[in-house]
Amino acid sequence: MLRRRRKRDCGCEVRKECTRFQKAVRTFCRNRLALIGAVILVGIVICAVFAPYIAPHSPLEMDLTSLHKPPGTPGHLLGTDNLGRDVLSRLLYGSRISLSVGLVVVSIAGAIGTAMGLLSGYYGGSVDIVIMRLVEIFVAFPFLILVVAVIAVLGPSLYNVMLVLGLVSWPLYARLVRSEVLAIREFPYIEAARAIGAGNTRIMFRHVLPNCLSSVLVTAAMSMAGAILSTAALGFLGLGVQPPTPEWGMMLNEAKQFLRRYPWEIFYPGIAIMLVVLALNFLGDGLRDALDPHLHR
Amino acid sequence: MLAYVVRRILIAIPVLLGITFITFALVSFAPGDPISSMLMSGEQLNPDLADSLREFYGLDRPWYVQYATYLGNLLRGNLGISIASRAPIGESVRQFFPNTMLLAFSSMLIALLIAIPAGIVSATRRNSLFDYGSLTLAMFGVSMPSFWLGLMLMLLFGLRWRVLPVYGMGDWSNGLWDIIRHLIMPSITLGAAMAALLVRLTRSSLLQVLSQEYIRTARAKGLRQSVVLYKHALRNSLLPVVTAAGLQFGRLLGGAFIVESIFAWPGMGKYALYAISVRDYPVIQGTTLIFALSFVLVTLVIDVLYTLIDPRIRYG
Repeated sequence: MLRRRRKRDCGCEVRKECTRFQKAVRTFCRNRLALIGAVILVGIVICAVFAPYIAPHSPLEMDLTSLHKPPGTPGHLLGTDNLGRDVLSRLLYGSRISLSVGLVVVSIAGAIGTAMGLLSGYYGGSVDIVIMRLVEIFVAFPFLILVVAVIAVLGPSLYNVMLVLGLVSWPLYARLVRSEVLAIREFPYIEAARAIGAGNTRIMFRHVLPNCLSSVLVTAAMSMAGAILSTAALGFLGLGVQPPTPEWGMMLNEAKQFLRRYPWEIFYPGIAIMLVVLALNFLGDGLRDALDPHLHR
Repeated sequence: MLAYVVRRILIAIPVLLGITFITFALVSFAPGDPISSMLMSGEQLNPDLADSLREFYGLDRPWYVQYATYLGNLLRGNLGISIASRAPIGESVRQFFPNTMLLAFSSMLIALLIAIPAGIVSATRRNSLFDYGSLTLAMFGVSMPSFWLGLMLMLLFGLRWRVLPVYGMGDWSNGLWDIIRHLIMPSITLGAAMAALLVRLTRSSLLQVLSQEYIRTARAKGLRQSVVLYKHALRNSLLPVVTAAGLQFGRLLGGAFIVESIFAWPGMGKYALYAISVRDYPVIQGTTLIFALSFVLVTLVIDVLYTLIDPRIRYG
């Protein structure tokens, strides 16, 4: 009996998911900006993965005979920096840092936030009150200031940046998931699941969670953009990834010191950051239009 | 009304306690012994001296006693003493805080002055060239790192055309104009992302309100377009914009860190960054707390203002 029910339950869900998925893909593909975002992002991912094969030089290789070369110098397409390192190679390797920080931060924040929101929305009562007070406290800090303060105390490093950004940005997901759960909890199918004897854990993970995931995904795309911007900002302040690792924010910080004499050095890292963030924002917008059931007419 | 304000203030109390607890705990995460980090690296640590210092600062007592002492000091307006300069932190905060607020509010003003008119035009001439243009610009504005924008502005207006000063905040003794000149670039840098966000919000919120039935009724009565737009639609559509502007205030404060470091603006961010560079933990603690408190206060004020704009909340 149990097995038959599960099978039918599954089949039903797969078919429904499938049509909704196809519909979402179609909506997404009709959105030109979202497609552009996806293409840019795929390009950047390829750059990050194949950086050692694409980059003309090692990102750390110094050449003290050719410092501050302008873009277009033979052998250095985007010029060289204050230590004679190839800017293009550093940008390409920098995409690895940005993308991996973005992914790790979103995974940490998404996992904690979704779990907290799920618990808070599903159980309500005192669990809800405690978690929501915690969220309010975290949200009461200006985001970047809390991050900077914690990193200042722990010491700047790539891992601390990932950890702190992740641990500080979960309330966003918790609030979102909680509000979704509050709505989902009232649907008849949840009552039906309870009526046939499903436990709390099963209802939460099988029936409630999957229905929150689309909005979590949209938020993840948007907040990955935010995480990348924050990482760059920390790098710019000298509180992020430490030299000589190529990181875009830090490259801007180094270029800033030579703004008067070699102004072109600030262009490319900024454009790289903007391109990734723009692509993720386009993608997030497209995903929201495609996945948000409230927008389907 | 008063009851609402009182209730709203009471709700803020646990949040304030949480904030103070986090700033209190922040310093205990610091690696190493606080006493030895207080002394200069070259100084020899005399165990007896260390013990008496520990006793003097109350570090030998349990954490909840330390926390209570910390809270008591805060209530008396005592933020502690800077390790680097041995000066009371409260005094430095009094010196730098107004500058940061000046920067934050002028950025907010610039953002609203750009965003609301642009949002109105975008919404009323939907799908026009202006609409597409402002939406595209807004998308770039949201995605652009503020420090990059700041450097570009500095490069163009400060170094190439030399029309604006690139450094510091000027002097009140040179008149208001000197301060304003110094304020322009940092404010634009800080306000651009917020303006971009608010343009999109004003546009979508106004579009939503314009599709409501009472707008159609107002038009059907034969009211002029401008009356419908400014008297009926705008007031309602600005509510989410005001809320968002308030919530974005926290981002402005965070952004002030970066902008102050680019333009050498003598504010809290610059003070905190200097403290970070010399590992002056009490100052880091104090500035973080002040930033958080001012954000909580602004949110509170916005909430109260909100009830003035929208009576539905007061009675709801």
